[in-house]
This record gives sequence, C-alpha cells and structure tokens, in this order.
Amino acid sequence: MRLPFPLIAGLGILVLLLLCALLPGAIAPYDPLAFDYTAMLAAPGRAHLFGTDQFGRDLLSRTIHATRIDLQIALFATIGPLLIGGAIGLLVGWFGGLADTLVGRLIDLVQTFPFLVLVIAIVAVLGPGLENMYVAVAIVGWVFYARLMRGEVLVQKHADYIAAARALGYSQPRLMLRHILPNAIRPVLIYLVTDMALAILLGSSLGYLGLGAQPPTPEWGVLIADGKNFFTTAPWMSLFPGLAIVLTGLGFSLTGDGLADLMDVRR
Amino acid sequence: MNRAGAIVGRIAQIIPTFFLIGVVVFVLARLLPGDAVSAMLGDRATDEAVRRITHQLGLDRSMVAQFLTFIGQAAQGHFGQSLAFRVPVASLISERLPVTLLLTLMATLIAMCMALPLAFVAAMNANRWPDILIRAVFQVGLSSPVFYVGLVLLTVFAAGLRLFPVGGYGEGLPAHLYHLFLPALTLALSFSAVIMRTLRGSILAVLRAEFVDFARAKGLSARVILLRHVLRSAAITTVTLVGLHIGSLLGGAVITESVFAVPGVGRLMVDSIFSRDYPVIQALTLVLAVLVSLTFLATDLLHGWLDPRAGV
Repeated sequence: MRLPFPLIAGLGILVLLLLCALLPGAIAPYDPLAFDYTAMLAAPGRAHLFGTDQFGRDLLSRTIHATRIDLQIALFATIGPLLIGGAIGLLVGWFGGLADTLVGRLIDLVQTFPFLVLVIAIVAVLGPGLENMYVAVAIVGWVFYARLMRGEVLVQKHADYIAAARALGYSQPRLMLRHILPNAIRPVLIYLVTDMALAILLGSSLGYLGLGAQPPTPEWGVLIADGKNFFTTAPWMSLFPGLAIVLTGLGFSLTGDGLADLMDVRR
Repeated sequence: MNRAGAIVGRIAQIIPTFFLIGVVVFVLARLLPGDAVSAMLGDRATDEAVRRITHQLGLDRSMVAQFLTFIGQAAQGHFGQSLAFRVPVASLISERLPVTLLLTLMATLIAMCMALPLAFVAAMNANRWPDILIRAVFQVGLSSPVFYVGLVLLTVFAAGLRLFPVGGYGEGLPAHLYHLFLPALTLALSFSAVIMRTLRGSILAVLRAEFVDFARAKGLSARVILLRHVLRSAAITTVTLVGLHIGSLLGGAVITESVFAVPGVGRLMVDSIFSRDYPVIQALTLVLAVLVSLTFLATDLLHGWLDPRAGV
C-alpha cells in the first residue's frame, strides 16, 4: 500500500518533535536556564542558532525544551473532550429518546458561544494555569466529539452486522463496546489528530495572553510573550518559538489529512 | 408552510436560545471561587459589610428569584457596575463593541478579497502546481496562531517599515480604518484559508454542473458564466462561512486586539480577567453569545434570500 504524502510528511514532523520532547537534554546545545551575560540578546549566529534572550539564555535550547509542554497540551487538551464527548455520543446515539434530544439541544447551545470566549470565561472563573485550561477545554470541547460520535453510531446502529449480533442475543454493553465502538470511532480518532493542531494553537494563545502555562514554564506561547517587548530590537526571540508552533500545527494537520485519505473518511 | 411563516418561525426560535444563553452565563457566574461579594470588597471587609452588600445585591434570595432578576436586568441591558472602571458595564460594552464589529467586518472583507481570486486560480488549475502552491500556503496559514501572525506583521510593517501604527484606534473613521488595517489583515489571513478551501471546492462543483455546460452550449462567454453562476454560488458559500465561523472570528478578535492594543471588547475581556472584573466578563460572555446567535439567524435569512432552495 502506498502511503499518502501528507501522512509521511506529517508523521516525520511529529517523530522529530517527539524526540525533542523525550530527549531535550540530548538535542539542545545548551542548558535552557543558563544565563550568559556575555551574550545577551545575541542575534542568531554560529554559537546560538536561534539567538539569545535578554539574559543570554540560548533560544534554540529553550524552544526545544518547550516541546514537551506543548505536546502535553496537544494530548491533555484533547483527551478530556474525546473521553467525555465520545462516551456521551455513544450513549445517546445508541439509546436515543429524550436524552438524545436534550444532549442535541445542549450541543447547539454550547456552540452558540464563541469557543475561545467561553474557554476564557471559564478560565477566568477557575483562575489562569494549564490544569484549569484543560478543565475549561473539556467543558466546552466535548460537544464536537459527541456530535461526531453520535452521527457515526446512528449510521452503524442500523447496519446488518448489528442486526446479526442482536439475533445472537448479545447484551447491550457488549453490542455497544465490542461492535459499535470499534466501527464508529475511526472518524473520531482522525478528528482527534486534527484537533491536536487546534489544541496547540489554543494552548499557545492562552500562554501568550498569560492565561495558560505560567512563566517560567517553558511553553512556546510564553516564550513568544517574553519576546514581545523586544520585537524591535530582538525579533528572533518571538520568531523561532512561533515557527515551532507552525511546524507542530502542520505536523498534526498533515497527519490528520493523510489518515483521512488513507482510510477514505469523508470530512 | 409558506415563506413568510417560515421566516417568522426562524426568528421566533431566537427567544428560547437567548433564554438558555442566560442560564449558562448565570450558572457560570455562580461557580466563582469564593463569592462575588468578597471579590468586590476584598479580604478586609467586616462581616456586617458583607451581609449588607449581599442583601443589597439580592444574593441572599433563592436561586430562582436571583435568576429571574438577572434575566430581567439583562434583557433591559443592565449588567451592573464594573468593579475595575467604576462605570456601568453596559456603557463600557456599548463604547467598545463597535470597535470589535468594525474589526471583524474589515477582516471578513479582506479575507474575501484574498480568498476569492485565489480560489478561482486554484479551481481552474485543480491539482496542477498553482493549485498545490496556493493550498500549501494556506495550510501554513491555518497552522499559524493568530497572535504570532499579528506579532510578525507588527514587527515588519509597523515597527520595521513604519507603514502602519503599532497599535491603538485613532480618531475619526479614516484613522480607525488605518489603525485597524493590520489587526484586520491578521484575522483575515486565517479566515481566508477557511474560505479559500470551501470556495475552491464549490467552484469546482459549479464548473462541473450541468447548468454551466448548458450556458457554454448557449454560447455565453467564460466571463459571463463566471460572473453570473460561479460568483453567485461563491457569495452564498461566503455568507454561510461567515455565519458558521463568526464565533472563531470573534475569538480571534480577542487575541488580535490584545496584540495590537485595540480598545475593543476582546481586549476588555482579557483585561477584565486579570482585574477580576466578574460583572464585565459575565456581560461580555452573554453579549457575544447573543451576537453569534443573531449572526446565525441573519445568515439563515440571507442564505434563504440568495438561494431560495434552502427553505428559510
């Protein structure tokens, strides 16, 4: 089987990022926290490929060390919505009835709120920080997974193999978990990969605004915010962490597109 | 159902939506850590003062009574007093909402101007190099966070080339447009990627449709076919997309306004979080959700007018 080009490119980028996240010490040329007063705000050059910040800290090393936090955001900001939304979508899709109608209304209602505004409002209530951001994203983001999962379950529910399994007298939980779920989850998992790209954008945006990861946690949005006061004198401070975000976003969205091509899932 | 009835029915749906938005915002406000009174008075308030203010605000009444008061007040545009600015929240919002609306409108227009011609080029050359190049560039645009694009534009065009102001809003409409150009371009870059993708697909579909073959067979020139058929369907697509994505446009405005120091409701929202100005956060969440549901309504109605097949 020939793999689609976007999938190869996307997976290549993600493997590279995963290496940076797992072995930052082995890849980064310097200690990300080491001050060097002889090289403050140094422009990108041979000694410091990405330049240095106002304390002479090496930006390449800081960007590499931040990979771990941002990949964590991609994972934690999507796993909650996936589990909550997936479970709700599976249940209401399978059982239908009043619960289905109510959940449908609730999904419509949550989508009336601008996603970012509602997430920010919840973070305001809970207080800034990464953990609270995950909670806020789970409260709002489950609706996308629930809607997708419910739609798939409705399609699978009437398939012949389910009628056959029912005729065999299998229990409801067994039908749902062993028969429906494996068949309905594919588009949901592909959406999950694309959603990770959005999670990185959201996480770094909140980090930039001061509502997500808190300094001195090395996170790309926080690094960019650190550099914004130097954007006339040392634009590289924000430039390179931003490129890391773009690269990661591309990695996830290319992988998602490639997987969709490969499995021939309509989007 | 006749057409007028369908339109009235669609407009009537907005009322339960407003009510439910009110429920969500009310519940959100009750989840505040500690309570609103100590947030207002600070830690050194006496028990007596806390009791008095609690009674004044009606916080000692039942939840249902509190909710009815909240809905009644909100329907009249009363959102209480801003804790940070010491002015009515309503006047604060009415002062800043036009700024955000102008920014969003400009961003939509710029995004259309960028996406429309490029979608045509891409669709006409489907799967050849101009198409692949255009799609690759927009894919990068979709993967770039709004605040980063804003900072890069700010660094290059405002701080570097000095073509635009670094931030602010200016006095008078020409100055507003000038000040908002870079922030609007920032928002437009990511939105145009969304429009471009969908438009390209719909132009391809139209070009393959039978009525276009028929128009060609009638001897209409390519330009007339494009203007009459393809542009009409492109307009429908864009209207639908603006409706669908108004939420993310407003969310993008929150970030863009923070980057460019634009005095709109987005920046007000972020500032209010740091000053713990809960009445403002609560009112803004409500107002923006109402704005989104009104846009959904307007999109449905406009869509029905542009494309009578759509029903409403």
